[in-house]
Amino acid sequence: MRSIIPVMTIVAGILLLWLLAVIPMNMHLVADQAQRDDRVVTPDTPAARQDLGGITLALRNPGLVADTYSLTRPRLPAPQQVAVEMYDTIIDKRITSKRSLVYHGWVTLAPTLLGFAIGTGLGILLAVGIVYSRVMDRSVMPWAIVSQTIPILALAPMIIVVLGSMGIQGLFPKSLIAAYLSFFPVVVGMVKGLRSPDAMQLDLLRTYNASKSQGFWKLRLPASTPYLFASLKIGISASLVGTIVAELPTGARAGFGARMLVGDQYGQPLVSWAALFAAALTAAALVGLFGMIERITLKRMGMQAS
Amino acid sequence: MTLAAVACAVWILGWWMNVRLANGASSDAIAIKILIPAIFGLTIVIVWELMVRGFEINPVILPAPSDVIERLGVSGATLWADFRQTILKGALVGYLLGAAAAFVVAIIADRSDFLTRGILPVGSFMAALPIVGTAPIFVKWLGSDWESKAAVVGVMVFFPILVNAVAGLKDTNAMQRDLMRTYAAGYWATLFKLRLPSAMPFVFNGLKIGTTLALIGAIVAEFFGSPTVGMGFRISTSFGQLALDMVWAEIVVAAIAGSAFYGLMVMIEKWVTFWHPSQR
Repeated sequence: MRSIIPVMTIVAGILLLWLLAVIPMNMHLVADQAQRDDRVVTPDTPAARQDLGGITLALRNPGLVADTYSLTRPRLPAPQQVAVEMYDTIIDKRITSKRSLVYHGWVTLAPTLLGFAIGTGLGILLAVGIVYSRVMDRSVMPWAIVSQTIPILALAPMIIVVLGSMGIQGLFPKSLIAAYLSFFPVVVGMVKGLRSPDAMQLDLLRTYNASKSQGFWKLRLPASTPYLFASLKIGISASLVGTIVAELPTGARAGFGARMLVGDQYGQPLVSWAALFAAALTAAALVGLFGMIERITLKRMGMQAS
Repeated sequence: MTLAAVACAVWILGWWMNVRLANGASSDAIAIKILIPAIFGLTIVIVWELMVRGFEINPVILPAPSDVIERLGVSGATLWADFRQTILKGALVGYLLGAAAAFVVAIIADRSDFLTRGILPVGSFMAALPIVGTAPIFVKWLGSDWESKAAVVGVMVFFPILVNAVAGLKDTNAMQRDLMRTYAAGYWATLFKLRLPSAMPFVFNGLKIGTTLALIGAIVAEFFGSPTVGMGFRISTSFGQLALDMVWAEIVVAAIAGSAFYGLMVMIEKWVTFWHPSQR
């Protein structure tokens, strides 16, 4: 709780920087528009203005600064413009509308959650295999690490198209990317977690004459819970990034990724920015949700959440 | 069908060899530790090749490894040009800028407890967001050449490195700081002789996470506009021409570059943090 004021200060600082940056970023656009409206602009030719930086131009035309905050097609929209656009598309629109970000959000969220569930399930299974089988540990683990250096995200759009050409469309291809991205953090975290009981604890179980499966269910699995939650929080945001990127250049019609692209291509920067922030909010909400589940679970298990 | 049967036989043989090696007496020798994953990888490639040939899978869907290797040899010059554009210019420049900026901000934030408490949550929050979505915006601002890719990469790697560096700079105990005080060491001496070195394990954690992000950022940003060179450009255009062997050749280059980049970081980490328990 004691970090609320510092966090607020940092956020306010970022907002202030953003507000200041809007002026030089949009100044050239505003100056061009003002000249077309027959207002006095110094210098008065577009070519001369191109040679000047945004800040110099703003200092020479202080009367135009206010206009930088209200462009319909700004290079950098002001924070309040993004907020208004988000309010319009999240709260004002019916959720069935094609312009509603809630609708687009669900299109992105559904494959994210499905993929995350698949990736987490497979990741836990593989982690158990790696912990209990020496062969898998030695042969699969190095490749699991190498596979992370492959920028699979860069291939996401292609994978979607290939699957589409094979007749697989809709939810599943995007889920596949999301699953792949959440898979690895879960494997690594679970392997670490399942191996976290120390020799003393394992010896204790041996003195109890516990079987291998009892050792797994009563010691290793509970001990891995904190590690699992750390992985889940990384995995869910990775899943969301995967789904969004998978939507980007594949001609998807709905979803956050599609909105970002539409805004970019049709010269509506506010649409892109609103989608970007809505995606960020969704990611934050998902990570926060898992943080909450983590705290409740660990508390009930008698462990202290970090 | 015979090829598929051979593939099964190869798979069983490879697995059997690995079971023998992993459970054998000398399984902890370094050579065996390298040999086991090597056999596993080779088995997969051979099975893949045999399956593609055996079931006559359309190369538009999945090319055979031999086609990819052939493409690597034939288009070496193109791949090298793409590598230079995307990895050496876009990813590397962005990575260095992002890391340097994160480092400077971390040291500034570290001077006040107030800033540290503010930056840590905001930084880890930002690190979880889909920053790669900013790629179209940066391409619009900075043009389609490598500068916009470097900017995307810089922003992507900034937050993980920042969070780790700030956390690392806090990682000295009261005893160590008291010792420095008894030596009459000032702020800068303490920073350079005690706190920066002890922050290094954390910093390298962030730097290692950043290597993958840098590659992803540079390639994905190229989908939104690039000159007619670069790995992202090549992947999307080759895909349009259904030249999947070229796409896979780029994947191989990306995987090798990514592993080398990561490996380089691990080597520097070993050299810098030789004193840390995890390195002993």
